[in-house]
Amino acid sequence: MGGVEGFIYPNELELQWSVLIVLYPFITGLVAGAFILASLERVFNVPAVKPIYRLALLTALSFLIVAPLPLQLHLGHPERSLEMYLTPHTTSAMAMFGFVYLWYLMVVLVLEIWFDYRKELVLTARASTGAKRRLYRAMSLWSDDISPAALRVDDRIGYLVTVIGIPSAFLLHGYVGFIFGSIKANPWWSTPLMPIVFLFSAMVSGIALVQLIYMGTCRLRGIKSDIVCLDAIGRYLFYAFVIDFSLEMLDLIHRIYESDESFKSLDFMVRTRLFTSQIVLQIIVGTLVPLGLLALTQVSRLRDDTRRAIYAVAGILTTIGIFAMRWNVVIGGQLFSKSFLGYTSYKMEFATREGLLPAIVLLLAPFGILWVLIKLMPPWHQSPAAPHRS
Amino acid sequence: MSGDQNPYLHVFRMAGLFAVGIGAFLVLRALYVPGDFGTFGHYRPAALEANRAVAAKFAGRASCEACHTEIVEARKDSKHGGVGCEACHGPLARHASGDDQAPKPVKPDAARLCLTCHRADASKPRTFKQIVPANHYPGEVCTSCHNAHKPQLS
Amino acid sequence: MDLDRRSFLLDAGRLIVLSASASLAWEALLEGRPETAPNYTMTDHWWGMVIDIEKCIGCGNCVRACKTENNVPLEPYTFRTWVERYVVELDDLEHPKVESPNGGYDGFKPIETDTARIKTFFVPKLCNHCAASPCVQVCPVGATFESPDGVVLVDTDYCLGCRYCVQACPYGCRYIDPRTHTVDKCSLCYHRITKGLTTACCETCPTGARQLGDLKNPKDPIHEFLRTHKIQVLKPQMATHSKMYYNGLDGSVR
Repeated sequence: MGGVEGFIYPNELELQWSVLIVLYPFITGLVAGAFILASLERVFNVPAVKPIYRLALLTALSFLIVAPLPLQLHLGHPERSLEMYLTPHTTSAMAMFGFVYLWYLMVVLVLEIWFDYRKELVLTARASTGAKRRLYRAMSLWSDDISPAALRVDDRIGYLVTVIGIPSAFLLHGYVGFIFGSIKANPWWSTPLMPIVFLFSAMVSGIALVQLIYMGTCRLRGIKSDIVCLDAIGRYLFYAFVIDFSLEMLDLIHRIYESDESFKSLDFMVRTRLFTSQIVLQIIVGTLVPLGLLALTQVSRLRDDTRRAIYAVAGILTTIGIFAMRWNVVIGGQLFSKSFLGYTSYKMEFATREGLLPAIVLLLAPFGILWVLIKLMPPWHQSPAAPHRS
Repeated sequence: MSGDQNPYLHVFRMAGLFAVGIGAFLVLRALYVPGDFGTFGHYRPAALEANRAVAAKFAGRASCEACHTEIVEARKDSKHGGVGCEACHGPLARHASGDDQAPKPVKPDAARLCLTCHRADASKPRTFKQIVPANHYPGEVCTSCHNAHKPQLS
Repeated sequence: MDLDRRSFLLDAGRLIVLSASASLAWEALLEGRPETAPNYTMTDHWWGMVIDIEKCIGCGNCVRACKTENNVPLEPYTFRTWVERYVVELDDLEHPKVESPNGGYDGFKPIETDTARIKTFFVPKLCNHCAASPCVQVCPVGATFESPDGVVLVDTDYCLGCRYCVQACPYGCRYIDPRTHTVDKCSLCYHRITKGLTTACCETCPTGARQLGDLKNPKDPIHEFLRTHKIQVLKPQMATHSKMYYNGLDGSVR
């Protein structure tokens, strides 16, 4: 029984939740964060982030479509997964989450994107022939009315959906935090702070991701990214990061101070088995360095291109850091025995159903979907100068 | 241009799409979920049946004693009186049901079996009779002095 | 006299009918014919177990019997019940040395210690069949549940294998069966106790350290035992309302 230290209950030898379950909160976090960034424009009327409004929505949709896939791969019986919708156990956070996910996908994302894009879909349909025309007719649900009255309806409903969407995004990812935070058997997970920590780290990762995708797509299109937009995103990223970091520090200080029965076991685990992923990747590389870089852009006057470089580096480090945070929560919570007397280890394989290879594929898949969505529904037609129809 | 159309028409189309989805869900539910789901709690009552429908491997002391009355007699006032038959003789449900194909019960190997319980170990309760084999007639087999069904010597 | 003869005939009749149906069920059980238990009303029973640490000798009979009775895989290591050995320094309850080699399946190698400064004992463990079970609470589909007679069971034809219940159990008693890819755990030998037998572990325990009890049966000796001994459950702070009652449970037991 290699990899075991001390005493573990005999059934605890193998980890139950693999890297795929690390992926899942990471992906839904990106969705929630991207959506909240988009809603800054629509509901809070922050004009600087207008260039990324549609891009953020499409990013959210791409990632949300991929989100259930790691779960399906992980289940012992994926063909029975519909049972969660047919006979949901109302005391189970996981069952209720199925409906939160469905609500968010259909009522928030799909509706918002559809009402925002409908005019372009109809125009594209009218201007095309053959298969392309049939496709766009179907995407617009065979509607043809783009009179000012109809467009006003679109706008009002879109606004309403975004307003509902903000608490829904909070619910989407806060709920994932609750799925972990409500498990009293596991002291690494069980804290009322968990949904809030998850939510703010989601916002940090989502904002960073959209910023990176925006800079990346501008590079691919051969145009300069809008520095005013990037500065605005950078500011929100910084604020979210400060709150996220404070929350995580609060949790840590609280644990160290109270030093309850599980503390010694967890402390030892962090200092040994989780040292690289928690101390190095999550805290230093993934939080302190990007936080420092972003603070630099707030307090000193730097050249535009310097700031662009900082945003890129900070964005990448942030994304890595938030992934490490998910890893530390999910994997870390299973490395120690519930007897608090020992540890096991996680043997991640490569080309198996729950191995590293499917995890990499699933992380790359949303970019593929995003590419298709950008082709079908280009988010660039609205220039920053054009006033929003409101 | 369709200026005099109801500007909400496309909204109804989208609502229709949702209605189709909800309808499909309800149909699936009716087809897949058994009608008695939830009778006793949030589960399929058939699961209770499934958990009961397992073949027993151990017959239980009472059914051994129903046939082997001479052993029952031999174990009167025995120190091993509280030990079930199958604790030493292994699972014998098929034998007890009169199955001719069942493996014949084998007399357990005393040397190994007795020590499983009676080899001295600091973690065993102090009041439990235990011996250190090297100090207790080494080389002898337990059954040369002790009768397994009534092990006390006097 | 009429009354005597009548009551005699009634009693005799009852005896004959009951014996006949009991023996039918008995035969069905012994032949391994799965069928519903006649004469068993779930709401008449509320199952629990007494585990007496002062009697456990760590022989491992229960572990072996359970694996045989319930067809539990021998490898990879999955256990419905197991035995732990504790070695506790008398002034340090919080850091016991615990071992459970193959769950106690092959027994334990004897140890010698200086019992003036060390105490050591065996602790059998199994599913606690909690009346306020956190595993039942988190199951998303209703594939694990508490039966009306107090046994927490798994519906292996309905389980998705999401493993949320394994995370939620504070006692580590659940595992994934590698053959069915669903969760599994001690069923309190439901197929036996509903037919008047005791569990496999209790049947083969040579010292009576494990005793099944029916808390709804006023004649069950469990009531007297609970009344006259100092009883504990594992991890009482989790408030799971465990029904595995331990006698002589030391404070060092996790």
